[in-house]
Amino acid sequence: MKTRSNSQTSLDESKLVKYSLIATAILFLGVMLVVPLITIFVEAFRKGAEAYFQSFTNEYVLQAIKLTFITSAIAVPLNLVFGVAASWAIAKYSFFGKSFLITLIDLPFAVSPVISGLVYVLLFGAQGWFGSWLIANDVQIIFAVPGIVLATIFVTFPFVARELIPLMQEQGNDEEQAALLLGASGFQTFWKVTLPNIKWGLLYGVILCNARAMGEFGAVSVVSGHIQGTTNTMPLQVEILYNEYNFVAAFAVSTLLAILALLTLVLKYILEWKVLRELKKLKNEE
Amino acid sequence: MRLNFGILKRQKSPIPGFGLTMGYTVFYLSIIVMIPLIALFTEAFSMGWQAFVDATTNARVIASYKLTFITSLIAALVNTFFGLIVAWCLVRYTFWGKRVFDAIVDLPFALPTAVSGIALTTLYSSQGWFGQILQPLGIKVVFTPIGITIALIFIGLPFVVRTIQPALEEIQIEQEEASASLGASRWQTFYKVILPTIFPSLLTGFALSFARALGEYGSVVFIAGNMPFKTEISTLLIITKLEQYDYAGATAIAVVMLLISFVMLLLINILQRWSSRRRGMEAI
Repeated sequence: MKTRSNSQTSLDESKLVKYSLIATAILFLGVMLVVPLITIFVEAFRKGAEAYFQSFTNEYVLQAIKLTFITSAIAVPLNLVFGVAASWAIAKYSFFGKSFLITLIDLPFAVSPVISGLVYVLLFGAQGWFGSWLIANDVQIIFAVPGIVLATIFVTFPFVARELIPLMQEQGNDEEQAALLLGASGFQTFWKVTLPNIKWGLLYGVILCNARAMGEFGAVSVVSGHIQGTTNTMPLQVEILYNEYNFVAAFAVSTLLAILALLTLVLKYILEWKVLRELKKLKNEE
Repeated sequence: MRLNFGILKRQKSPIPGFGLTMGYTVFYLSIIVMIPLIALFTEAFSMGWQAFVDATTNARVIASYKLTFITSLIAALVNTFFGLIVAWCLVRYTFWGKRVFDAIVDLPFALPTAVSGIALTTLYSSQGWFGQILQPLGIKVVFTPIGITIALIFIGLPFVVRTIQPALEEIQIEQEEASASLGASRWQTFYKVILPTIFPSLLTGFALSFARALGEYGSVVFIAGNMPFKTEISTLLIITKLEQYDYAGATAIAVVMLLISFVMLLLINILQRWSSRRRGMEAI
């Protein structure tokens, strides 16, 4: 590819256009994204550091943090196993209906979070399909932790799979065939050949999946019942604190979620670079 | 082959594990996604046509559709315009802090919607940084459709930027050189060479941002004020109906919204195929 030269004015915008475009972009990103992010921290510390840390001594807040971690610790591994299984089935074999299956896996991203919660209310709520059976057997799913976990699994369903499918398709199955030919078992092949090849992509999917699992609000809100100390996750606790005009505490909990978001962005940036490098390496080998 | 999944018939492959992985995929997909969605549609069917029509066409529901549609449309248009500028700057120019700005574009993906919601509401309220400036100008943002639109711009922006960026990166400099050497001004080259090339991606980004906005809840609910007929979006109406134990009403609105989402999904798929075909042609 040729490099741009500054002498060809008709190939580059004038300085005025260039700098006004950059100024517009920075101003827009600044106003829309950076200032709201800063606001979270400013509001959290509005009444000083003491008030900020005081917010985390509240029992309900601590329980919300705990529930958020529990939910994510169940939802992420389940979607991880599914993601690996689905991408193995889709990338290593050819079969009729493959693109339809991929569309189905992506479906939860097209569904509004509120509807993602609603579907489980219709299944497991008191008036739902399994409602009377659940009541008879004293099992509670809606307005309880299982409902929160289910709704979280639904909204984070595609993350790992949609990261791994294109990666594994790109890598093909030559290396796996070689390993099998040399006498490795199916599981050994996966563990020693496939997994090292997909590890960065896998981690990338898991990080995005985790960020969404910990931060999901709409879907969880529908199934939670908002019982403080029992069925509140961090984002739900933020809503309650905010509606109680306890702004410092609401933003204090928000800072934890914001730090998680920033951490996710940094890791995402690093991993994108790593995955890109692996793919380039693959292309060079061809 | 031990397991037979009907349409999912495989061709011979030496790699083991098809039955296991495909079986698990179909099983997990069914219990988490398919059965719940089927339950939603069954519930809507069982309420009868007349009840369904009544639930989805009463004045309050129609007002919520209109509000959701118009605010989402404006937000997606704003995002397409500014998203193109942002993507252009990130791909074509070098400037101070570029990497940070590039990474921060994904913030709305990573930040929980409830957190974005309260941050935006605080910013634009009468005591907030932006509210203080806008209030004297007679512009009220919080608890108005303008506030809803701003929240939807926030959450939709990454979709546009991340769709246009790769398309801009793939444009070959030779095309622009050819255009310039034939006497085109820079603006003509942009308008007649670059824009048509990235147009499918631009449309895809617009559609993704619009689709996301239609179903958004968390970031909007705080800033909207949620007054029926004025600032009540459709997703909020679903929640309101659920809280009143009007499951049928909630289901009916949800089905209408879901059908719209599916149409959008289909459209986006067609657009993406179009843009990858167009890019494939560029490569030759």
